[in-house]
Amino acid sequence: MLRMASSFPEEVLEHVFSFIYDDKDRNAISMVCKSWYEIERWCRRRIFVGNCYAVSPPMVIRRFPEVRSVELKGKPHFADFNLVPEGWGGYVYPWIAAMATAYPWLEEIRLKRMVVTDEALELIAKSFKNFKVLVLSSCEGFSTDGLAAIAANCRNLKELDLRESEVDDLSGHWLSHFPDSYTSLVSLNISCLGSEVSFSALERLVGRCPNLRTLRLNRAVPLDRLANILCRAPQLVELGTGTYSAELQPDVFSSLAGAFSGCKELRSLSGFWDAVPGYLPAIYPICPSLTSLNLSYATIQSTDLTKLVSQCQSLQRLWVLDYIEDIGLEALAAFCKDLRELRVFPSEPFAQEPNVSLTEQGLVSVSEGCPKLHSVLYFCRQMTNDALATIARNRPNMTRFRLCIIEPRAPDYITLQPLDDGFGAIVEHCKDLQRLSMAGLLTDRVFEHIGNHAKKLEMLSVAFAGDSDLGLHHVLSGCENLRKLEIRDCPFGDKALLVNAAKLETMRSLWMSSCSVSFGACKLLGQKIPRLNVEVMDERGPPGSRPESCPVEKLYIYRTVAGPRFDMPGFVWTMDEDSALRLS
Amino acid sequence: MACVLGGADGDLNYEETELCLGLPGGGKSEVETTTPKAPGKRGFAETVDLKLNLQGKDAVMDLNDNIKNASKDKNHLPAATVKDPAKPPAKAQVVGWPPVRCYRKNIMAQKNTSEVGEKASGNSAAFVKVCMDGAPYLRKVDLKMYKSYQELSDALAKMFSSFTMGNYGAQGMIDFMNGSKLMDLLNSSEYVPTYEDKDGDWMLVGDVPWEMFVESCKRLRIMKGSEAIGLAPRAMEKCKSRT
Repeated sequence: MLRMASSFPEEVLEHVFSFIYDDKDRNAISMVCKSWYEIERWCRRRIFVGNCYAVSPPMVIRRFPEVRSVELKGKPHFADFNLVPEGWGGYVYPWIAAMATAYPWLEEIRLKRMVVTDEALELIAKSFKNFKVLVLSSCEGFSTDGLAAIAANCRNLKELDLRESEVDDLSGHWLSHFPDSYTSLVSLNISCLGSEVSFSALERLVGRCPNLRTLRLNRAVPLDRLANILCRAPQLVELGTGTYSAELQPDVFSSLAGAFSGCKELRSLSGFWDAVPGYLPAIYPICPSLTSLNLSYATIQSTDLTKLVSQCQSLQRLWVLDYIEDIGLEALAAFCKDLRELRVFPSEPFAQEPNVSLTEQGLVSVSEGCPKLHSVLYFCRQMTNDALATIARNRPNMTRFRLCIIEPRAPDYITLQPLDDGFGAIVEHCKDLQRLSMAGLLTDRVFEHIGNHAKKLEMLSVAFAGDSDLGLHHVLSGCENLRKLEIRDCPFGDKALLVNAAKLETMRSLWMSSCSVSFGACKLLGQKIPRLNVEVMDERGPPGSRPESCPVEKLYIYRTVAGPRFDMPGFVWTMDEDSALRLS
Repeated sequence: MACVLGGADGDLNYEETELCLGLPGGGKSEVETTTPKAPGKRGFAETVDLKLNLQGKDAVMDLNDNIKNASKDKNHLPAATVKDPAKPPAKAQVVGWPPVRCYRKNIMAQKNTSEVGEKASGNSAAFVKVCMDGAPYLRKVDLKMYKSYQELSDALAKMFSSFTMGNYGAQGMIDFMNGSKLMDLLNSSEYVPTYEDKDGDWMLVGDVPWEMFVESCKRLRIMKGSEAIGLAPRAMEKCKSRT
């Protein structure tokens, strides 16, 4: 067997491996034998690091010397909701600096929840001659100056996607830094930017890039300029409009409608800020071919929304505000039989009383009418166990189910019971469930259901739930495929965590805030399991200045082969062997 | 050194693990189904109360509120939901809840505060950094989320639990007209909110109408009253220039 492996020419193996893209498959290949490990590592072109602190740049570079594409994720997911304080970490600069020398032929960088500086962007712009793709998802720390450097220097840039990043918007002038000779743009997403870019520069850019297929504009692009832009890019597949509001003028409307009709390849629409119903009919001609529609910034009411979605028979993904109401969701269920993903966001998340008629019934309707629905994010104000059970029975193919009831600990509003059984039904019927966020009044029982049934679950989000450590224990001991667990405001303490400590090394990360995990337990975990970083965040000062039994404010535990990090701010303490000695 | 970390059979068999916390009173081997109330540990409900008590008892986010709202016709309500009619209108909000991204919150806030025909301006949010003397965390608030100084005050109080702002007069401004009241505040050990305006000057929060404040505030700093005393002369001047 060994002889056969060694007599097979390397080039042949390398050629075979070049057809394998998936990370898991690549990892499996590299474990077959030493020579396969060697061959594989030299030809791996793409790496994904789910937690930038799980490994260090030199380690990655040492193992994979010929990488062309890097994807990194930084802050924990709860950073999206302001639970991770400013300055926590997730800096990309050390990675860029290391890769600048090691990977001169790097083509793609994709970052999520990382701190990116202008220096980092400038370094990218000058270090990678064949740079093609930059995706900054929910990143922060950079300004439009950094973007100007990218625009000016990256001659082969194909994709610049700033989705939902927080950019220090100094001016819109950066866009004009794309030279006139630059024509390779394929995808541009500037929807998060506040300031106006030069419209003529934008139009010229769009006009000279024949391969442009994705264009997501920002709010500052007025509606009356949209037609001109569309006419220069009739090949567009994905479009994000700017503000979708203007005085109703027939000529503006007709040129807009004409421009849309000319875009025969258009399949995805987004934007629609400040949308006025009067201009919606401009997109009716292309509705039947739309597969993705993001109306989550469109403040249009249910009548207009219903009319719109009823024409989108090919729709696969819909993001919308709760203005759609139950009635709109019924229409969705009736007309959009190909729907795979639904996200309903709250229009007034902080209002005490419901402002729209969106209830559990809307989701039940969609679960009945849309056989391919497998991914749901739903904000509402009431729920019942029956509704959840119905949804579960209707859609055993559900893979992502995220429910948020605006009021924490809301019970079944009819029976006043906890929603344990409802979510129990979800995990029981939906055997391929990968991601779950729960809501409402929940006891330890729901965690028992999860531990017993949710065998494919990879990510779980829990808030204001449970009664005791038993709840956490059920999840940690039962969910075999759990990778990410994030918990806030639950009465979970030390016991479950310590007893299931080994489990933590099989997961990417665990976040617990406003729970009851003591400093002593954190120290113990940090000391006993060297390949875990146990980070404690506490605003009250060093945890060692309080009794060991005192609970910590926030806890973030992640597996790593890189040891404790050194870029922590003053309010983060790492519980490793050395620091434990220092703190005691 | 035996290191049995976690029972492989899934039992919470505490005694067999080497990891012992030495809970006060000796470690028990079975997991209690109720949250252990060890001294020094704050029970969960207490934690929540601690954070929200700043508003006064009535404003504590009634965790039973949902039951009350949901079952309007039912009579068996938990006793704790007696609502004081004088309760402030803004509901006490928990940090990061509901889990709506800042990005989305901006849009809704803009929609609620914008007037008809208002041009979509550059930045739809007004995020400013807030630091408080002595607090290690820096925070960011979106000023457009609030409609008055009182709302901002409430929000800051929640974020910085040891912080209480001075009294605001009827118009939601510190009583700048009354010089001696102002001096009292600045001489006290209470915290005083200050802000850096567009010109780079540090001012006391509350000396201009709310909307003007939102437009001109670049950064907030919460300092002890006695330290803010240097800002008093400017505030005094503004008093005089207005009368």
